Amino acid sequence: MAMRETLEYELTVNGEAIPVRARAEATLLEVLRTECGLTGSKRGCDQGVCGACTVQLDGRPVRGCLTLAANVGMRRVTTVEGISTGGALHPVQQALLETGAVQCGFCAPGFVVTLDAMLRENPHPTEVEVRHGLSGNLCRCSGYVKIVEAALRAAGAKP
Amino acid sequence: MSSAIEPLGASIPRLEARDKVVGTARFVDDFVRPNMLHAAVLQSPYAHARIRSYNVEKARALPGVRAVVTGADVPVRRVGGMLKDETMLAHGKVRYVGEPVAAVAARDAETAQRAIGLIEVEYDPLPAVLTPDAALAPGAPILHEELASYVRTMEGGSQGNLMWHSRLVGGDVDTAWAKCDVILEGTFQTQAQQHAYLETNGVLAEVEANGRITVIAACQSVHHVQTRVADELGVPMSQVRAQVPRVGGGFGGKHATNIHSIAAWLARATGKPVKLILSRAMDMEMQKSRHPSRIRLKTGAMRDGIIIAREADITLDGGAYADESPNVLAFCSLMVRGPYRIPNYRVVSRAVYTNKLRAGSYRAFGNPQATFAGESQIDELAAKLGLDPVELRLKNAAQPGDRWVGGQTLHTCALRECLTEVRAAQKAAPPLPPPAPGRKRGVGFASTTSISGLMGTSASVHLRADGTVALNTGCVDIGQGSDTTMTQICAAVLKIPVERIAYAAQDSDVSPYNWKTAASRSTYMTGRAVQAAASVVRDKIMEHTAELLECAATDLELRPGGKVGLVGVPGKEVGFKDVAMRSLFQSGGPIVGYNGLVYDGEKFDPKRTLMERFAFPNLGVYTFGAICVEVEVDEMTGRAQVLRAWLAHDVGKAINRAACEGQIQGAFSHGLGLALYEQLVWDDDGRLANPSFADYRMPGIMDTPPQITPIILEFPEPSGPFGAKGVGEVPLPGVAPAIANAIVRAVGVRLKQLPMTPERVLDALEAKTP
Repeated sequence: MAMRETLEYELTVNGEAIPVRARAEATLLEVLRTECGLTGSKRGCDQGVCGACTVQLDGRPVRGCLTLAANVGMRRVTTVEGISTGGALHPVQQALLETGAVQCGFCAPGFVVTLDAMLRENPHPTEVEVRHGLSGNLCRCSGYVKIVEAALRAAGAKP
Repeated sequence: MSSAIEPLGASIPRLEARDKVVGTARFVDDFVRPNMLHAAVLQSPYAHARIRSYNVEKARALPGVRAVVTGADVPVRRVGGMLKDETMLAHGKVRYVGEPVAAVAARDAETAQRAIGLIEVEYDPLPAVLTPDAALAPGAPILHEELASYVRTMEGGSQGNLMWHSRLVGGDVDTAWAKCDVILEGTFQTQAQQHAYLETNGVLAEVEANGRITVIAACQSVHHVQTRVADELGVPMSQVRAQVPRVGGGFGGKHATNIHSIAAWLARATGKPVKLILSRAMDMEMQKSRHPSRIRLKTGAMRDGIIIAREADITLDGGAYADESPNVLAFCSLMVRGPYRIPNYRVVSRAVYTNKLRAGSYRAFGNPQATFAGESQIDELAAKLGLDPVELRLKNAAQPGDRWVGGQTLHTCALRECLTEVRAAQKAAPPLPPPAPGRKRGVGFASTTSISGLMGTSASVHLRADGTVALNTGCVDIGQGSDTTMTQICAAVLKIPVERIAYAAQDSDVSPYNWKTAASRSTYMTGRAVQAAASVVRDKIMEHTAELLECAATDLELRPGGKVGLVGVPGKEVGFKDVAMRSLFQSGGPIVGYNGLVYDGEKFDPKRTLMERFAFPNLGVYTFGAICVEVEVDEMTGRAQVLRAWLAHDVGKAINRAACEGQIQGAFSHGLGLALYEQLVWDDDGRLANPSFADYRMPGIMDTPPQITPIILEFPEPSGPFGAKGVGEVPLPGVAPAIANAIVRAVGVRLKQLPMTPERVLDALEAKTP
C-alpha cells in the first residue's frame, strides 16, 4: 500500500479560488466532484477514453481523470458549470438542445467543454474538422449525427 | 419560456436537456448524504469454484470499515426472470470470474477497497465450461447442481447445463423441403456485445430509523428494483422505496442487477447511507452482455423467389445465470422467420449455462442474432436465384392482414414501403467521389421488424389549482426521451403548452406502476395510459364547465391554451383555473385522471403455431423497417467502413420527430458496433480479457458514418397513442446483415460471423483467392 499523503492547495475553477485538501494522487476529476462540489464532469471510464470528464486548463481541453489535481497549479480550470455565463446558454449548449442531440446526457458535459474549446480555436470548422475534434468523446446514444449538426449550428455554419 | 402550443410531432427540445448541457442534471453518483459510506465488492477470481471458507477478520479490523458481508451471511433467496437461480452474493459456489462474493461498507471508497483486499476466501477450483458445446458435452461439469429445485415461472426443459429449451412450429417444413427449387443452409455466429452505457451501474441506499430502505438506483424501472430488493432482502415491498435520478444510458443493461440489494443490505447493517458505484472494469465483468449465438438456418424457395420454408436451430450462450435468457430465446425464435410470408417454419432453440458473465436483456433482445442469420440468407438466396435482393424481399414481404408467427394479425405493416423508400433514397443521393485504389464499394439491404407492447403500465394526471397539470407515470427516461414524449401526449390531449405540465420523476412510493423501460414499449404502452388518463381529466373539465355554463357538455369544445368554450360562440370561455378552483373548493373534488392497462393485443393461437415454453401470452404491435448501407472495403487491410446509411421505419406517428430520429441513429450505432467492432473476449481461464473502454472497441465518431438518414413513415397504428408505435429497437437488427450483404457486393466474400473485423475480412478474401 502506497503512502497516503494529503496535500493542501488551491485551484482556480470557473474563475473562483477554491481551497482543496486531497490525497496526493487524487485526479482533477475526483477533486472537482468531491472537494469542489462540481459534479457536472462525469466519470465514464477512468481511462481517458470516453471524454465524459473533459475540462479545460487555460482554455485547452484535458481529461479530468488523467490529470493529477496537485499538478494543475496556477492554471485556470473550466468545467461545464463554467461554460455559460449570466444565465444565458452558450451557443454550443443552445445548439445541442435545439437539435435534439442530447439523449441520456451523461456524455454531454464532455462534448460541451470540448466544443467550446474547439470553436474558440477554430470558429468556423468544416464538418470533417468537427468530427476530428470530437474523436476523443464517446456517445453511446446518438450516433453522433445530431451532435455534429449542433456543432455546425453553434459555429453559425449552415447545417 | 415559450408558451406556444407545439403540434404533436414537433421536435421540441427535451424537458431536461438544459440541465444536461449545463451540468446540473443529477445522476446517482452526483448524490451525497451526511455520514454516507462507500461500498466495494470482492469479485470471484475463478470461473467455477466451490467456496470453502471466508475470513473477514482483517477486513473488519481495518479502521474506517463499518460492515463486511459475504454470501454466507445472507439467507439464500434466489432471484431471476423466469428461472430463479441467482443470489445477490455468490452462495456456496462461484460461477464466473467477476461474480460478487463479498462486500464492504467503509467511511471512504479507498478504505472500502483496501478492506476488500483483506478478505480471505478459500476456493476449491472446479473445471469450467466456457462454450455451449463444452457445457452440453457428456460429462461436462454442471454449473447449477440444484437446478431442479429452483423456483421457476414455468417449466423450461432445464437439465444439466441446458437452461431453457423451446420449440416453435408452423405449417409443415418437412413436406415443404421436397417442393423447393432452391434450399440454402448456413451457420451464423454472433458475439458477446456489451451495453457500454457511459454511466456505470450505481446505487445509493438509505435506511430510515424504522428499517425502511430507500434505494436510489440507475435503473430502467423503479417498480422492478423495488420488487427485486424486497425479494433479495426478504422484506415486504412496502419496506422498500425505489427512486431513480437521471440515468446515463441503459439499453437493457440497467434492467436488473444485484448491486442494489448489496447496497441495501449494507445500509441496513450500518444504519447509514451507502453508495456503490461500479468502476468500468467491474461493470463490464459483473453486469451482463448480449447473448453470443450460433444459428443454423435453412431457407427454401421456389424458382420465382417465393419462399416457402425456413428452419432454424438456435443456441444462445446464457452465461452463468438465467437472467432474461428464456425470454431473449423466445423473442429470437419469434423473429428468425423474418418479416416474410413463409408458411412453413420450425424453430428449435436452447439457452445454455456457461461459466461466463450472464447474458441478458440488450436492446433488440435476441433479434439481432436472428436477423443477422435471416437477412444474410435472404441475400444468398437472391444471388442463387439471380434475383435483385430488394425485389426478393418485396416479393415475400409481410403485408397488413397477414398473420405473424404465433397467429397474430398484423394491422399495420409498411415493410414494402420501407424497402422502396430506402432504395429510392440511396439512388437519389448524390454519388460519392470514387474510392481510392485498393478499395471497393457495395450497397447492402436488410429488412427488420420488432414489437412494442408487453405487460402493464399506468399513468395519472392531476389538475392543479392554477389550471396547470401534474403528470405521473412509472416510465423511466434512460435517454430515449420519454419524459418529453409523455408530456407531449398529455399536452396534445389537453391542448396546453408543455410548460404547463410537470412531469414527475419516478418513485415507487408514488409513481403509477410500469413494468419497465424495455421492449420499445414506452411510447406505445405508457403513451396509451397517458392519453387515456389525460382524456379523463379533459372529460371532467368539460363536465364542470357544462355545470358552470348550464349547458350540455356536448355543446362545449376544448380550446388551445387551457380553455373551454361554447361551440360556435367565440369568447365565451372558462379557463382550466376556474374549473380547478371549483373542483377543489366548491364542487366535485380534485380532478384526477387515471388509466392502467396490460398489453391487450391478440393472443398467441396454438392452432396456428405450436409454441413450447414461451412465457408471454402475446407480445405487442409490430414496427417494420428497412435499411440500406453503402460500405467501402479496403482490400489491403480488410477494413470495412460504412459510408452512408438510410433507415426507414413505419413508426405510426412520431410524437417528437427529433427524438424518433435520435432513436434510429442511436440504434444504428449499436448495430454498427455489433457488426464491425465490439466483442467481449474471455481467456482460457474464463477471465474477461478486455474489461475497459481502451480494450473494448466501440464506434467512435470517426467510425460512424456522417450520414445516418432516418426516413419516418407514419401509418397510424389504431391502438397506439395518436397512432404511435415504438422505435427504440427495430433499427438495430438490420444493421449487421445489411453491412454483411454490402461486403459481398463490394468484394465477393460472405462473412457469417460477427464482428466482421479486418482480420476476418482478410481471411475471407485470402480464402477466396485461388
